[in-house]
Amino acid sequence: MSQALLTLEGVHTHIGQYHILQGVDLVVPRGELTVLLGRNGAGKTTTLRTIMGLWPPSKGTITFDGQPIGGQATPDIARLGIGYVPESMGVFADLTVAENMRLAARLGPPDATRLDWIFGLFPALKRFWQLPAGLLSGGQKQMLSIARAIVEPKSLILIDEPTKGIAPAIIEGMITAFKELKRDKTTILLVEQNFRFAASLGDSVAVMDDGRIVHRGTMQALASDSALQSRLLGLSLAAHQ
Amino acid sequence: MIQSALSGDMPRSRILSFVLATILVVLAFAPFLFSGSQPINTAAKICIFIVLVASYDLLLGYTGIVSFAHTMFFGIGGYGVGLALYGWGPTWASAGIGLAIALVVGAVLAFVIGLLSLRVRAIFYAMITLAVASAFAILASQLSEYTGGEDGRSFRVPQLLRPGTVLFDIPAIGVRVDGRVLSYYLVFFSALMLVLAAFRIVNSPFGRVLQAIRENDFRAESLGYNVVYYRTVANCLAAGMAVLAGAMSAIWVRYTGPDTTLSFAIMLDILLMVVIGGMGTLYGAVIGATLFILAQNYLQKLMAVASEATAALPLIPHLLHPDRWLLWLGVLFVLSVYFFPSGIVGKLREMERR
Repeated sequence: MSQALLTLEGVHTHIGQYHILQGVDLVVPRGELTVLLGRNGAGKTTTLRTIMGLWPPSKGTITFDGQPIGGQATPDIARLGIGYVPESMGVFADLTVAENMRLAARLGPPDATRLDWIFGLFPALKRFWQLPAGLLSGGQKQMLSIARAIVEPKSLILIDEPTKGIAPAIIEGMITAFKELKRDKTTILLVEQNFRFAASLGDSVAVMDDGRIVHRGTMQALASDSALQSRLLGLSLAAHQ
Repeated sequence: MIQSALSGDMPRSRILSFVLATILVVLAFAPFLFSGSQPINTAAKICIFIVLVASYDLLLGYTGIVSFAHTMFFGIGGYGVGLALYGWGPTWASAGIGLAIALVVGAVLAFVIGLLSLRVRAIFYAMITLAVASAFAILASQLSEYTGGEDGRSFRVPQLLRPGTVLFDIPAIGVRVDGRVLSYYLVFFSALMLVLAAFRIVNSPFGRVLQAIRENDFRAESLGYNVVYYRTVANCLAAGMAVLAGAMSAIWVRYTGPDTTLSFAIMLDILLMVVIGGMGTLYGAVIGATLFILAQNYLQKLMAVASEATAALPLIPHLLHPDRWLLWLGVLFVLSVYFFPSGIVGKLREMERR
């Protein structure tokens, strides 16, 4: 396994009176795509939001590229080179697609070559470049949300359930995009419910339950072990095919 | 050129463009189009309130900040210039120093309020600003030795701006260009410059970040934008504009007092103007301020005419009696908010899209 880019050790997060993360231990290897699986309410989204500083951890350490980031302000964490694609997409509806992309490009105007690459992955964004993002379809908003996260090279991208409610044709575009990012050695932490999608992309996998990581290993091992899938997730890849 | 002056933010509606052009032309030539003091007073008040409402829209419409302290900054501008002219004599230097002090005080207060309270939830921020504004209004009334208390202060303006100063006559149209006309143009061009500056701000990358924060502050933070910093800067810019509007008001009215600058009624008027015109569009500030002030000044007269015209009918003349103008003003606003939830500008743009 490659060297760790992101490490969570014994991370606890409270939201109000609720104790959501109860000692998460997670390692995200550099240059790999790690999938975080688990049933609804297991704490996957909270894990991503805790890494981003949107919900500060109440205990434990989060280390990114050798530097502790737990408890830092979200903008400072983002400026370290961490991109975040939330489940809700979070596009700025009143701003145009172009303005959404420019806002995400913190180092200056978006690079033309990189934009062409993004347009190749998500052609709809080029077509609706000057349209308010609020007028895009759900799938197109998800494309924009991902495009914003990759408009500049990032060290780590956190992606929360990108396929939720999205048409299969658009999911194919996402698979291509993530494969190209993997080829570029971009580190990705992907939260996903669609096991087939996750299995086609993931290098390593972590499974969450009740606010803890209950399994860590390679995706290949999990994808080829129906019994393990059934035990951890209550499903098997074979049943999805 | 127009597109560049408006920073590329065009009205995007033919009706709106026509109405805006009409407002601009009427305000630009008001001293030559109307006789008597009321029309020119109304025109000057519209110019001042366009700036005040635009500055509030920068907060509410563009950044999503609900503040009740905006009249405090308007008051700081009015008191700054007014008290300087009253205390140090009616010179340009007094007015300039008074304005500079008011801008510094306004910016520092906005910075402190912003930094201390923009981290909390919107409702708490609104409550904090309400408390600070109330405290400031009480302070202005209590410090009567300096501020004139409830009576306020009347003061003289520099010689060039006084009504007695006649620059020249234009006999062909029967107009005398005096200090009052000059005062009007000082107010008009200041308003024009400030509104164009506001357009520049909201259409800059900084303005886009403000809009992003308004829509989803968590998402803006995740992109690396420090929300408190941007909100505080927006707070200071809006406060600065409100201070300048207060200074324009003081120069025009030649009086400053709690009722004309600090009262909560003015804050409610500003809120109504922003909502009626359309939040998040500076054109909304222009339309909202113009309509509201015209209604405030002329609805009573219009109702007197309507009441007389319907004298032969039962009940209607009583309903249209000029004393009931506030009731009808209220009804008009309820109807406009009901039928134009996105404001008049939003509605006109929506009609154009269809």
